[in-house]
Amino acid sequence: MEAVQRFTELSRQVMGFIYPNEIDIQWSILIVVYPYITGLVAGAFILASLVKVFNVKELQPTYRLAMLTALAFMLIAPLPLQLHLGRPERSYEMFMTPNLTSAMAMFGFVYLWYLMLVLLLEIYFEYRRDMIVWSSETTGLRKWLLKLLSLFSTDISEKAVAFDKKTVKVITIIGIPSAFLLHGYVGFIFGSIKANPWWSSVMMPVVFLFSAIVSGIAMVMLLYMIVKPLLGGKIDMKCLDKVASFLFYAVIVDFSIEVLDFIHRLYESEESIKILSQLVSTKLFMSLVVLQILLGMLLPLFVLAVIKILKLQEEVRKLLYFVCGLLIQLGIFSTRWNVVIGGQLFSKSFRGLTTYKMEMMGIEGFLVALVLLIIPFVILSILLKLLPPWKKEELTGN
Amino acid sequence: MERRDFLKNLCWVISAGGIMGGLTADAWATILNKDYDTTKHYYGMGIDIDKCIGCGRCMQACKTENDVPAAPFYFRTWVERYVIKTDNTVYVNTINMESVEMPDVFPEKEVLRSFFVPKLCNQCDHPPCVQVCPVGATFKTDDGVILVDSKRCIGCRYCIQACPYGARYLHPETRVADKCTFCYHRLVKGLLPVCVEVCPKQARVFGDLKSIASPLGRFSRMNKIHVLKPSLNTDPKVYYANLDGEVN
Ligand code: SF4
Ligand code: SF4
Repeated sequence: MEAVQRFTELSRQVMGFIYPNEIDIQWSILIVVYPYITGLVAGAFILASLVKVFNVKELQPTYRLAMLTALAFMLIAPLPLQLHLGRPERSYEMFMTPNLTSAMAMFGFVYLWYLMLVLLLEIYFEYRRDMIVWSSETTGLRKWLLKLLSLFSTDISEKAVAFDKKTVKVITIIGIPSAFLLHGYVGFIFGSIKANPWWSSVMMPVVFLFSAIVSGIAMVMLLYMIVKPLLGGKIDMKCLDKVASFLFYAVIVDFSIEVLDFIHRLYESEESIKILSQLVSTKLFMSLVVLQILLGMLLPLFVLAVIKILKLQEEVRKLLYFVCGLLIQLGIFSTRWNVVIGGQLFSKSFRGLTTYKMEMMGIEGFLVALVLLIIPFVILSILLKLLPPWKKEELTGN
Repeated sequence: MERRDFLKNLCWVISAGGIMGGLTADAWATILNKDYDTTKHYYGMGIDIDKCIGCGRCMQACKTENDVPAAPFYFRTWVERYVIKTDNTVYVNTINMESVEMPDVFPEKEVLRSFFVPKLCNQCDHPPCVQVCPVGATFKTDDGVILVDSKRCIGCRYCIQACPYGARYLHPETRVADKCTFCYHRLVKGLLPVCVEVCPKQARVFGDLKSIASPLGRFSRMNKIHVLKPSLNTDPKVYYANLDGEVN
């Protein structure tokens, strides 16, 4: 009876004709959260690799923070997928009997590769020397944790440290294509569904990738502005300006690609053009036009450009950067929303629009999604405690 | 080599030495009859639009036969009603669903054409649902029917997204994907799908594509045949006679 009630409620909001099985939206808010999180991982990693591979000196203070951020989000990334499955207890089948023609079947392998081979290894080599030193300076649980994390290695000779450095560089070089793979792949999952004209586009992986870079850089920028003062340090303005200017260029590239993709899609679609424009002008107007494009992209772009031109004061700059960072997060989350939810709002009959009513409490509801978005920050704060991203001298400003 | 096979092989080559033997079809094997030879058949269905009167008996029978949830938004097969008016506006709804605000009666002189279209899984020869299923729970039998192994499906719903025809739903109790199977459990016993059996107008014709003499063979010789969304190249095996271009 509950189902019937839900049906009557939903069917009142359906416009035009949809296939009867389409009244329930299949991929919920959790599937919005998933690409958002992996995007942050890829973006943060790419920012970090600017330091190691391209030797952008000014960004050095953000390097370790970016790596830890990537790790914190990466650890949570499979959770939304897992929770969304109808039969989560069977998810291991994806490893045991993957169907090799399915894009989704590769998820576990791409994920493990990136987590194990890239993030964990790189962080290990980056921190190995420090972990050994720190563990000799402390006692109790922390000492043992650090010893364990350093895998009980003790060699801090110059030669060993030089080896660490080199290894980090090599891993980063492998890591960049891996980060591209990780997030481009998420885009591929959508882009390869040719039954859905809102998704089916070869540009999808590219669009995902560039929005990932934008969101990751913005997130690290925000965290840098919050965490450093919290740990008693001072924000390095040179570094912040540099991050912001990378962010600025990334947003420009991302924006142009998205606009190009969007225009291309609308221009090329034939039988679906009517329903897609109806979708954009009704159900997605707020989240696509207002949140994603105006507030999430054009406004921050404008503000960042103004900062660049006007040479504003430090305090004003900080404030504006912070606001931009937040707006960009909002915008990228909307981007994910518009792709995932938007693509399911119109019927494959191309004759009608259905509707998405987010649950509050259910396992695929708003609260769970919120918790999933908060956990990475909790993990990050633990990581920051255990593996401080800045040395004491850096914090006191010498 | 066909494109799809080529892709498949490519995937195998890339993952050389990868995990083997995962694609057995448990569910199918268990319902198979011993005397039934899968290689001897290749199934399809014919639907004559001109014959369908929209009585909805097939929908009812299917729900009963296949334990489809009673709620009004899960269907293995359903019937759409089209009304095309003289000003070329098109009204569509699904019969028996009290949903969309569609006037029930149109003044006769305003109606250009009006007809019913039964829909079901098209048992595509190139099924996107099979391609995307990450665990191989959706698969194609030797006799050309697309089935879901409910013991393997993880409920990710990728197949529901990939099916261009809205033929699939997530079963609310089993939490796995479900759709029309051509009543496979009946086929292996030599029976017809239940929707074909109950149709009072014989609008549905079931048959074996491997035999020219089957009812389906005759049906396709006697009529001009169309399939749904041909541009997607899914090669449906549900064939429509007298299909209107408005239907998609
Ligand atoms: S109609 Fe849909 S469910 Fe049926 S075989 Fe084709 S793609 Fe699969
Ligand atoms: S819902 Fe089940 S049958 Fe469909 S793609 Fe996922 S695992 Fe395969």
